[in-house]
Amino acid sequence: MHPAYSVIFFTTASGAGYGLLAMLGTFAAFGLVPPDPWFGAVAFALALGAIAFGLVSSTFHLGHPERAWRAYSQWRTSWLSREGVAATLTFVPAGLFAFGWMFVGENGGIWGALGLVVAAAAAATVYCTAMIYAALKTIRAWNHGIVTRLYLALAVLTGSLWYNALAWLFGHVSPFAPLVVIIALSYGFWLKRRYWMYIDGTHAASTVATATGLAGLGPVRLLDAPNTQENFVQEEMGYRIARAHATKLRRYAFFLLFAIPAALVLIGMEASLWLGLPCAVLAALSASFGVVIERWLFFAEAKHVVTLYYGADAA
Amino acid sequence: MTALPPPGGRKLGLVIDLDTCVGCHACAVNCKEWNTGGHAAPLPDHDPYGAGATGVWFNRVHTFEAGEGAAARTVHFPRSCLHCETPDCVRVCPTGASYKRAEDGIVLVNEDLCIGCKLCSWACPYGAREYDHDAGVMKKCTLCIDRIYNENLEEIDRVPACVATCPASARHFGDLGDPDSAVSRLVAARGGVALMPELGYAPVNRYLPPRPRRDTPGCTGAPAALPEAASGGGRFLRWIDAMLSR
Repeated sequence: MHPAYSVIFFTTASGAGYGLLAMLGTFAAFGLVPPDPWFGAVAFALALGAIAFGLVSSTFHLGHPERAWRAYSQWRTSWLSREGVAATLTFVPAGLFAFGWMFVGENGGIWGALGLVVAAAAAATVYCTAMIYAALKTIRAWNHGIVTRLYLALAVLTGSLWYNALAWLFGHVSPFAPLVVIIALSYGFWLKRRYWMYIDGTHAASTVATATGLAGLGPVRLLDAPNTQENFVQEEMGYRIARAHATKLRRYAFFLLFAIPAALVLIGMEASLWLGLPCAVLAALSASFGVVIERWLFFAEAKHVVTLYYGADAA
Repeated sequence: MTALPPPGGRKLGLVIDLDTCVGCHACAVNCKEWNTGGHAAPLPDHDPYGAGATGVWFNRVHTFEAGEGAAARTVHFPRSCLHCETPDCVRVCPTGASYKRAEDGIVLVNEDLCIGCKLCSWACPYGAREYDHDAGVMKKCTLCIDRIYNENLEEIDRVPACVATCPASARHFGDLGDPDSAVSRLVAARGGVALMPELGYAPVNRYLPPRPRRDTPGCTGAPAALPEAASGGGRFLRWIDAMLSR
């Protein structure tokens, strides 16, 4: 699939933003962070800013961005519509929760319960985002239960790394943030490895024989394309990445998203401010780049069954 | 509304005979010709005679080779929207622009509601939807909705443009929901198949596989070979034979 930058930035930025929101909500609910208004102001600005930036950038690839509001209407059938609804609804509890944190000076009790609502809404939104892809039966690499879990794990991973960096910056270091990072990181890495093994080891049930209905005649191969220049379907669905490049990018994603943040967060746990803060910030930056590469590969490595009509051996 | 209409009723669609299709692309050309002035008009057509020709086509003709060795045969394969009974291209649409008509099962795009997110084209395994970069909306085969119900046309012409133009009569149009319709009987007689049935979208269009190949000629009543040239003949012919054989 063609990796569109607007969608890559949307899913990664909003994923990290929702992850950070969920961290703020749950940590407040369990009394793990005081309602420091400056910490709150910067954290909510970062989380809601990333989400808003992601949502706006996702409209850049639309043919008619001014009609985007219509996407709220089909939540009964469409995961894209559900995502729009969930993303917008999340702003309500998130805004109230941020208000309580910054202006009432409370993030426990009833405000803490609201924090759990924020975390649940954030998780629901990320789940809807992942289901847009996971629901497509035409793309084997996406139509799998790992995909939703991976989106959720990577949102928590990037969000908790951002939280950890902010916690160092504002002096609210808690051992629980690195703990969440390590859990999300281990789970995310395990899922990503399984995901790569899955997409490398299987093919779609559909073949050029089932696509043409010509199985009875023997092996089927494309002789002549229908057009002399690439058409929309080939440009959008026929993106191919060289295996050598994919291997290299997978390695970059592994180091930036998993290995480097793991090392930096573990070093930072027992460190002083002068070592801990740069470690936490670098870990967050590394994972933020890593997740962009991971998401780029998520698109670039996914094969669409329609390519069977254009000469692909398997999809 | 992207919820699908209840099943049943009419299922208008195409039956494409891969045995008789000669791969002339006339269906694709007439489709473009009609539809660039029809329901989804205009269809982009950039640099049509240049090296970088691009544009939207609802119908494209692929050519495959099936079988091996001497038994291999060329099969021309026109591909367009199959107007599935349970299409995901409709269900994934976030705005309700993509819809399936309850009365005849035709899948259409309401261009005034389409935001151009292209998700429907990702959901279609058949490559039936092509994005119009000029208008910023998705376009697709309408089964020539502006021909098949068009009372300004002679009744014989109320068929999709691709069907009307096919010089080999390889394309048939009708109600596949009615088991007694001409197209349904044709499908039953020739063993028509659905494409990628394993994905579960229940396409309406059917493809008739090429008939079995004939390697021996049938009997027409004529002798298989001309009789041996008779010897003998007149003195004149013998003289010619002698002269030529010299």
